[in-house]
Amino acid sequence: MTEPSQLTQHIESFVDSSRSSTQQAASLDTIVSLVKNDVVTISSLVREMEMYLTTTDNIIRARGILLLGEALKCLSSKPLDAATIHSLMSFFKERLADWRALRGALVGCLALVRRKSGGMVSSSDAKGVVESFLQNLQVQSLGQHDRKICFELMECLLKCYPCVIASMGDDLIYGICEAIDGEKDPQCLMLAFHIIEVLVQVFPEPCGPIESFASDLFGILSSYFPIHFTHPKAEEDIEVKRDDLSKALMLAFSSSPLFEPYVIPLLLEKLSSSLSSAKVDSLKYLSYCTSKYGAERIAKHAGAIWCSLKDAIFTSGQPLVLSFTPESLGGLSCQENEIAAEALTLLEKSYNEIPSQSTQKMYSVGRILYVSVKASVASCSRIFQNFFPCLMESMGLPMRHGAACFRDFLPSLSKIFSSILATSTDKPSHDADVYLGVKGLQILATFPGGYLLVSKSTCESILMTFVSIITVDFNRTLLWKLSVKALVQIGLLINGSNQSEKSMSYIDIVVQKIVSMISSDNHDIPFQLKLEAISDIGTSGLKYMLKIVTGVQEVICANLAEVYVRGNVKSTKVIIHLLECYSNVLLPWIQKYEVFEDVLFQFVVGIWNQIENCMAFPVGICEKELLDATMKVMKLAVACCSVESQNIIVDKAYTVLSSSTFLSMKDSLSSLQAQLEELEDTQEMVKFSSRDEWIHSLFTSVIIALHPQTRIPNIRTVLHFLMIVLLKGYVMAAQALGSLVNKLDLKTSGTEYSGGCTFEEAMDIIFGKKLSSSDHVPAERSGITGDWSETGLTNLCLSATNSGLLKIHSFVGLAWIGKGLLMRGHEKVKDITMVFLEGLLSNGRMGASPLEENNCNWDMRLSAMKCSADAFQVLLSDSELCLNRKFHAIIRPLYKQRFFSTMMPILQSLIIQSDSLLTRSMLYRAFANVVTGTPLIVILNDARKLIPMVLDSLKLLSKDVLDKDIMYSLLLVLSGILTDKNGQEAVIENAHIIINCLIGFATYPHMMLVRETTVQCLVAMSQLPHARIYPMRIQVLQAVSKALDDPKRAVRQEAVRCRQAWSEI
Amino acid sequence: MVSGLINANPVIYEKKQRRVRRAPSVGDDEHAVEPIDQIEFEARFVRVFIFLTFLNHVRDIKDPEHPYSLEELKVITEDAIEVDDNNSYVRVTFTPTVEHCSMATVIGLCLRVKLMRSLPQRYKVDIRVAPGTHATESAVNKQLNDKERVAAALENPNLVDMVDECLAPSYA
Repeated sequence: MTEPSQLTQHIESFVDSSRSSTQQAASLDTIVSLVKNDVVTISSLVREMEMYLTTTDNIIRARGILLLGEALKCLSSKPLDAATIHSLMSFFKERLADWRALRGALVGCLALVRRKSGGMVSSSDAKGVVESFLQNLQVQSLGQHDRKICFELMECLLKCYPCVIASMGDDLIYGICEAIDGEKDPQCLMLAFHIIEVLVQVFPEPCGPIESFASDLFGILSSYFPIHFTHPKAEEDIEVKRDDLSKALMLAFSSSPLFEPYVIPLLLEKLSSSLSSAKVDSLKYLSYCTSKYGAERIAKHAGAIWCSLKDAIFTSGQPLVLSFTPESLGGLSCQENEIAAEALTLLEKSYNEIPSQSTQKMYSVGRILYVSVKASVASCSRIFQNFFPCLMESMGLPMRHGAACFRDFLPSLSKIFSSILATSTDKPSHDADVYLGVKGLQILATFPGGYLLVSKSTCESILMTFVSIITVDFNRTLLWKLSVKALVQIGLLINGSNQSEKSMSYIDIVVQKIVSMISSDNHDIPFQLKLEAISDIGTSGLKYMLKIVTGVQEVICANLAEVYVRGNVKSTKVIIHLLECYSNVLLPWIQKYEVFEDVLFQFVVGIWNQIENCMAFPVGICEKELLDATMKVMKLAVACCSVESQNIIVDKAYTVLSSSTFLSMKDSLSSLQAQLEELEDTQEMVKFSSRDEWIHSLFTSVIIALHPQTRIPNIRTVLHFLMIVLLKGYVMAAQALGSLVNKLDLKTSGTEYSGGCTFEEAMDIIFGKKLSSSDHVPAERSGITGDWSETGLTNLCLSATNSGLLKIHSFVGLAWIGKGLLMRGHEKVKDITMVFLEGLLSNGRMGASPLEENNCNWDMRLSAMKCSADAFQVLLSDSELCLNRKFHAIIRPLYKQRFFSTMMPILQSLIIQSDSLLTRSMLYRAFANVVTGTPLIVILNDARKLIPMVLDSLKLLSKDVLDKDIMYSLLLVLSGILTDKNGQEAVIENAHIIINCLIGFATYPHMMLVRETTVQCLVAMSQLPHARIYPMRIQVLQAVSKALDDPKRAVRQEAVRCRQAWSEI
Repeated sequence: MVSGLINANPVIYEKKQRRVRRAPSVGDDEHAVEPIDQIEFEARFVRVFIFLTFLNHVRDIKDPEHPYSLEELKVITEDAIEVDDNNSYVRVTFTPTVEHCSMATVIGLCLRVKLMRSLPQRYKVDIRVAPGTHATESAVNKQLNDKERVAAALENPNLVDMVDECLAPSYA
C-alpha cells in the first residue's frame, strides 16, 4: 500500500522540525491534495496521524496537531459529515487546554468554525469551543501569532454563533475583556476592536450584560485613544495603518450608546490635546459617535461639545491666520484645515440635532462659521453649501438652488447684509443686526485671495455701502462707528496684503470720498464726526494717510485764505477743528513713520505764502484760539522737517517777517534802546496789528521747532525782534529766545554764513552789554557775585525805576532764556538765577515799607516778586510748548539735579538770613518751585534738611488761595518722602512737626486734593514706630474726625481709613 | 460654644445688582458738596457685611459651611439702610437668619462700632433688628441702642478685640 506510506512520509516530513519550511509546506500541500482528491479520507488521515497527535513529545505533538489544523484550513470547501466535524471539533476543543501544542488546536478550531458549506460546526460544539476558550486560554500570555488566531477565532465565533454566545452572558464578556486587555500589536488590536464591536451587537438589549461591563470595556478601549504609534518607523513595515486602527477603534467606540457617558468626556478632553492627530481623531470620533448615539444622548453633552468645538476651531484658526504668509501656508494650514473640516462635519450633523434657539448659540454658530470661512477655501465652500440654503430659508428669502460654489452666493450675501443695515433702526434691540451686518460685509470685503473669490464689483459695492453709511447715516451712532471701524480694518488688510488693485479701488471709493467730505460745505454731518472718520481711516495705511493729509492740508489752506481775506467766522470754527485734528491725531501718526516730510514742508511753506500775499487782515478775525491752533500745527510740522527744509522755511519766514510793519521800520541795533524807552514811557501794552501778530507768532513757532543745525538768517535782527516782542508781553517770544540760546552752536565763529553770530554775541544782545546805561544794582548781598549787574534784560528786571509790567515781562523772558541755558548746561544760567534771587531780595527790601508807595505800585512790585519766584518753576518744569525732545532741544543729562544741588544751599542760607516776612515768603515760594521741579530721588537724599523747610513753605503757601496749586505739588513731594523707604529716617526724626503741620491742612478749604493728600499722608505716618507717633494720636484723631464730615466723598473715605489706622496704634 | 450650626440650612438669596455711582464729571466744582448718601454708606459697609459673615459662620461656629455674605443671607439689605444727611440720622435694620440667633447682638455691636468710627460725630446711629425676626427683639434693640451698655461693652477688652478683629478687613 503505497498511499499510506506516502502519506506517512509526508506527515513525517511536516512534523520533523529539522526540515526546511519549504519542504514542510510542500508536504502539507501534498497531504491536502490527497485528501481533496479523496485519495485519503479525513478519518484515515487522523488515524494515520494518531501517534503524532497523542505523543508525549511536545514538539512532535504540536507539529502534528498543527498539520491537522492547517490541512483543515485548506479544506474549508470540502464537504465533511457532521460526525467527522463533531469528532474533530471535540478533539481541538480539548487540545485548547494543551498549551504546549496550542497553535494547531487554534488553527483547527478556526478552520472548522469558519466553514461555510459542506458541513458546519454545530451550535453545541461552538459553545463547547467558547467554553474551552474561556476556561483554558490565557490569551495575553501567548505569542503574537497565537493571539491573533485566538482573536480571529473569537471574532468568528461571535459572528457566526451569536445566539449560542449570547447565552453565555457575563462570563463571555469577562473573558473577552481579559483576553484583549493590554494588547499592543496592531493586527491583534484590529481584531480586538472588532470583537468588541461585534460583541456589543450580540447583546443588543440596552439592559443586558453589556451595560454592567460598559465601563470595563471602555476602560480597556479608552487607553488606546488616540491611536498613536510610539515607533513611527515601524509603521511602514506592518500592514496595519494607523488610520485603519483608528477607524476600528472608532467603530468600537460608537458600537453601543452605552459607551456614551464615557466616550464623550474623553473625546472632549482629548480635543484640547496639543497633538494635532489627537485633535483630528477626537473630532472624527465625536462626529461619528454623535450620529451613532442619537440626539437624545448627545443633547446632554451639547453644551460641553459646543465649548470645546469653539475652542478647537478658534485655536486652529488663529495660527492659520498668523501663518498666512505663503511659505508656511502649505504645511501647517493643511493640518489645521483638516481639524476645522472635521469640526465642521460634526457641526453640520449637530446643527440639526441640537436645538439652538438662543441667540447666544446662534452667535457662537456664527462665530464658528466665521472662523471656518476664514480657514480655507474648501471649508468655506462646504459651509456655504450646507448652511446657506438653511439661512436663506430661515430669513424668508428666495434662494436659487444649485449654486455649487460659495462664490455664487456672494453677491446675494452682500445684498442681504446691506439690506439688514438699511432696515435696522438705531434701537438697542437692533444692535446685534447692525453688528452682524457690518461684520459680514467686512468679512466679505477682506476675504483672502484678491478678486479670485470675491468679485471686484462686489467688493466695491461693499465699500460704497460703508461710505454711504458714513456720509448719510451719521445719526445712527453705533452703525456709523462700526462702519468706520470696518473700513479701517479693510484698509489695513488691503494695505498689508499688497493688493494694488484693491488698494486702488479703496483709494478711489473711500479715501477720495472722505477727503471730499471734509472739503465740501455739506454741514449736515457734524464736523467732529467728519474728523473722526478722516483720522481713523488715515491710520489704515501710509498711502491713504498721504492722501488724507494732503486733503486736509488743502482744506486748511483754503479755509485760512477765507479767513484772511473775508474774515469768515464759520471758516474759523472749521479751521480750528481741522488744525486740532491735524496736530493731535494726524501729525503724531505721521511722526511715527517719519515719512511725508515733503508734504509737511509744502504745507508750512503754503501757510507762509498765504500770509505773505495777504496784506491786510480784516479786523477782529484774530481769534486767539485760531492763532494758538495754527501755532501748534506750525511748530509740530516744522519740527518734523529735515534741516534742509527747515533752512528754507526759516528763510521764507524771515522774508515775510521783514515785510511786517514792525520790523521794517526799525532795523538797526541801536533802535532797541529807543524801543525800550518807548516801552517804558507807555505804561499799557501797545498791540500789534492782527497781521503782525500772526506773523510774529508763527515766526516764533518756527524758531521754537528748529533743529540745532538749522541756520537762522540775520540772527542779530531776529534776536532784537524777539526781545522787543518779548517785552511787549508775548511769552512765545521768550520761549523762542530760550530755544534759540539752547540750540545756538557754542563753537561757531558766526562767520560761516551771513547773518550768523556767535553765542557770545547773542548773549550780549540779550543781556545788553552794549546798551549799558544807568543804574547798577549793588551786588554785594549774601555772597552773591557775578557780572549780572549788566544792563539789558538784567537791568530791566532789577532797576527800580522800571515800570512793573515791563519788569514782569523781563522776568518771564529771562526765565525762559534761563531754561534754555540750563538745559544745555551753560554756566551763564547761574547769573540769571542770581538775577531772580536779587529780584526777590531787592524788592523785598523796598517792599518793607509799602505804605510809602501807592497801592498800584505795591501790587506791581508784589507780582514782580512772585514772577521772579515763579521763574524757578519755568526753569525746572518740563514744558509741552517748547524746549523738549520733540522740538530738538539740547538737553544735558541730570541738569535738574545739578541745578538743585547748587541752588539749595544758597536758598537755605538766604531763607535763614532773611529778615522780612515778605522776602521770606517769596524765598519759600522759590524754594517750593525748585523742590517740586526736582526729581524725588534727589530730594530723598537731602530729606532730613529739606523736610523742615518744606513744612515751613507749606505753611506759608497755605495762607493764600492763589497758591493752592504750588501747595498741592509741594504736598505731593512731601507725601513722596513719607512713603519712600529712603525718606523714613528723616521722617521719623521730624514726625512731630510733620504731623502738626498736616493736621492743619486736613481742613484746607480751597482744594479737595490737598485735603485728600493730607489725610493720605497721615495714614502713611501711622506706620511709623509706635513710640514716636503715639503722643500725637489724640490730635490726629480729632483732626480726622473733622475730615469725616468733609463735603467731598473721597476725603471722607480716606478719613475713615485714617481714623481706623490711628485708633489702632 | 455651640457645637453645631445655629442655622444649619440658611435660605440663600440672590445678590442684588449693585448700583453704580455716576463718575464725577471732570469740571466738578471744587466747592460742590457731595452729601453722605445710601450708596456711599453701602460702599463703606459692604466689607463689614462680608466680614460679619465670616464672624457668623466661621469664627464662632468654626465651620465654614456657609460661605455666604450677609447680603446673600439677607441679614442686611440695601433698603435696610436709611440715611438722612441733613438731619444727621442713620438707621440700620438687620435681619438675623433665625429667630434665636445668638449672634444678633454681636452683629449689632459691630455695626454700631463701625458706624461710630466712620461717621461724623453729629450723626445719631440707630441699629435695629427687623421687626418680627428675632425672639428677643426688643431686648436686643434696647441693648444695641443703650449708650451706656454699648460703652460698657467696649470697655470689655475681649469684646473690643473681637469687634476690632471683625472690622479690621473692612478698612483695607
